Amino acid sequence: MKNRLKLTVAAAALAVASVAGQVGAQTALTVYTALENDQLGPIKQAIEAAVPDVEIVWMRDSTGVITARFLAEADNPQADMVLGLAVSSLMMFDERGLLASYAPVGAEALAPAFRDDRDEPTWIGMDAYVGVICHNTAEGGAAGIETPTSWQDLLAPEFEGKIVMPHPASSGTGYLTVAAWLQMMGEDDGWAFMDALHQNMAAYLHSGSAPCVQAARGERVAGIALDMRGVQERAMGAPLEVVVPSEGVGWEMEAAAIVLGTDHMEAAQSVMDWIATLEANEVFQQTYAIVAHPDATNYPDGYPEGVQEALIDNDFGWMAANRERILAEWTSRYEAKAAPRN
Amino acid sequence: MSVTATRQPTPDISRRRASLRPSENLVAGALVALLCVFLLISIAFPLYALLSKSVLNARGEFVGLANFAAYFANPILVTSLFNSLFIAALSTVIVIPLAFTYAYALTRTCMPAKPLFYALALLPLFAPSLMSALSLVYIFGNQGFLRWMLFGNTIYGPIGIVIAQVTYTFPHAVLILVTALGLSDGRLYEVADALGTSKTRIFRTVTLPGAQYGLISAAFVVFTLVITDFGIPKVIGGQYNVLATDVYRAVVGQQNFEMGAVVGMILLVPAVLAYSVDRIVNRRQVALLSARAVPYQPAPKKARDLGFVVYCLVVAFLVAAALGVAVWASFIQYWPYNLSFTTANYNFPRFEPNGWNPYFTSVKMAALASIIGTVVIFTGAYVIEKTKAFPMARGFAHFLAMLPVAVPGLVLGLGYVFFFNAPWNPLNIFYATLTILVVNTITHFFTVSHITALTALKQIDREFESVSASLKVPFWNTFRRVTVPICLPSILDIAVYLFINAMTTVSAVIFLYGAQTKLASISIVHMDEAGFIAAAAAMATMIVATSIAVKVLHILLDRFFLARFQFWRRR
Repeated sequence: MKNRLKLTVAAAALAVASVAGQVGAQTALTVYTALENDQLGPIKQAIEAAVPDVEIVWMRDSTGVITARFLAEADNPQADMVLGLAVSSLMMFDERGLLASYAPVGAEALAPAFRDDRDEPTWIGMDAYVGVICHNTAEGGAAGIETPTSWQDLLAPEFEGKIVMPHPASSGTGYLTVAAWLQMMGEDDGWAFMDALHQNMAAYLHSGSAPCVQAARGERVAGIALDMRGVQERAMGAPLEVVVPSEGVGWEMEAAAIVLGTDHMEAAQSVMDWIATLEANEVFQQTYAIVAHPDATNYPDGYPEGVQEALIDNDFGWMAANRERILAEWTSRYEAKAAPRN
Repeated sequence: MSVTATRQPTPDISRRRASLRPSENLVAGALVALLCVFLLISIAFPLYALLSKSVLNARGEFVGLANFAAYFANPILVTSLFNSLFIAALSTVIVIPLAFTYAYALTRTCMPAKPLFYALALLPLFAPSLMSALSLVYIFGNQGFLRWMLFGNTIYGPIGIVIAQVTYTFPHAVLILVTALGLSDGRLYEVADALGTSKTRIFRTVTLPGAQYGLISAAFVVFTLVITDFGIPKVIGGQYNVLATDVYRAVVGQQNFEMGAVVGMILLVPAVLAYSVDRIVNRRQVALLSARAVPYQPAPKKARDLGFVVYCLVVAFLVAAALGVAVWASFIQYWPYNLSFTTANYNFPRFEPNGWNPYFTSVKMAALASIIGTVVIFTGAYVIEKTKAFPMARGFAHFLAMLPVAVPGLVLGLGYVFFFNAPWNPLNIFYATLTILVVNTITHFFTVSHITALTALKQIDREFESVSASLKVPFWNTFRRVTVPICLPSILDIAVYLFINAMTTVSAVIFLYGAQTKLASISIVHMDEAGFIAAAAAMATMIVATSIAVKVLHILLDRFFLARFQFWRRR
């Protein structure tokens, strides 16, 4: 019995150990990302096809959550790469010296806004996403609400309790939208606008997709959300209008970088090189209208017109530098008031 | 080993006795020591880590109760505390009478199909808590088919949380109350009847006092389950903040571990209170039933029995619907605009970065927790109960084994983050691995399994050990040849209990998973967060189906296979 017990214990320990340290012949890169769930599969496949012997292991959460997690792990980094995260977050990481410097081969072919032009670049731009309004025409029609054309239209009293938007502390889409209002309207008018909008807000959700999905399902009438989710939900049959507000729309660039101190520098550099290729940008373009490579023309179907023109002149440096201040102000204004609602 | 041991030539019996006894003690001592080490690492140290974290600041300096002061100075967080207390109290007040009536029908009436009604009441045990919240979105959400019943109120908030919590905690209350009502002295009723006491008076003076300890115990269990549950408020809480979601937001969203530790300590209070009350109640319960008690046998009564059948039908239907709607919704194409059936929501790679992997990780984790946990817990209970060496160490191990039941999953998970992710801890290589998820799950459900094992072991006469000892058979042979076969049904109970809880638990593991070890229950939370509610319902359906399949297998095994080992029980 003693032996059998030993055997059982040994077998159990072995089983646990083998699961614990799954070490294959391939280089497993742990990649922190805020990409949408449905984008991860195709991008993983494309990377693994293009860069031999690399296996991508995603750690996915909302922009705010991944940013907080990465900063909390700064002393003992768990990630090899960050890929598909807001560039304003990457700039914060860079400022704290958490990113490795690398200039990807072929990066000069990308549009200037998507390049890190410093002598020792750390990040490379991939795509841009935009904060738009998803408006459910079926529910809106039933409630006698006209499709909005501007941000100001959302202040109409008919919208009371019928709008949802992403929580800016959790969601990248939420933060870029708040930052855009503040940049477009100026700080005073921007906060005044949000105060008024808050009266109509049903909930602040912790995802940049969820507001649009809820609007698409008729759970809400309008949702402020990232552009591509609206396009996709409409393609699936939702009675949805993707509105590009006339005042202009906020946007954020998603970028990739290598984490300083990774054990897999070479593999990570190969992935960075791939991200700069036209081929990679065409993969991104399956789910993003705006990508870094100017020659990528794989434009998605059903994308609303006039988005490129409506993009505001966005200052990422300002977004990165003021992130903590804006979120603290936002939380003190709306989280306290939001709590007793509903 | 056993074969070689018994066949060893024994030239000198006295020398053999001298050599065998110490080695047996040594093995027993080593096993007790191993168990103590396991429990220290898996429960005591993480709890201590949580406690110490709550009195340190972000730089690790001692700040006394400053974190608690900061907590109570923040009006938003204090609101959450009151919200949590309100939700838990309201859910308890609703669920206890519901469950009491149901348990009364199961134990004190002659209504038909009792086993079926009992099984239906227990259904929510096989699902993650948040599954009923997913159903509520379809039933009472802004596009729900019964939303008019809310008279313009929203389901996203206290109403939704309470309805979902009632469904989730109902089986736990029924289980306790069925036991409490099952233990009653029939003679009291006979006497009362003979004295012509009215029915309501009998109920008030005999039935209720007899079940009062069960009622108290059930109320505390429900209160603790509600206040520490994280899944339901996450799905349907809207902007209504509670403690459990605060912990999640502080730790996962803002990586504010100190504030997480403070809320964790606050959550520990009702749980420890419930545990203490339960211990006191259990001690008194023993004295309630005397040896001469005659079990109460209900007599058939048409009108009463029919009334209870109707009641149980309604309640069982509501409980089943709370899970069934989510199952049904998982097959709907695009709610509410396209109601055709589809299996597209089970195509998880569309909604979840790791596709089907979380489901398989869950099954693997549950299987490992079940197998390893059963071996550890049953062997541990055996050395505590049946061996005689090191009474102090055995007592300490028993104390540690009873500890986890007082620690809510969310709090245990937090303690694990603080202990296993500390830079100084060499065990931090296990952080975010399957190993830590398995250890956490075994620990989370240790106490109930430990008590099950002890109960089974106490039924076996100590004579077996005495006889074995006088025959010079080492205890591990008795354990293997006598104890394990006799206790096989209980061992299987423990294994199935661990498996099902490992499949459904959310709160303990939400902080511990890593890139490659995401579990199905966590994936539900994430898919719901991204708005993919149908896919979340689909994953919940997979969990329920797997848990129920394992339970059915268990019942079949128990009835047709293990029954052969238990012939000796029949006279």
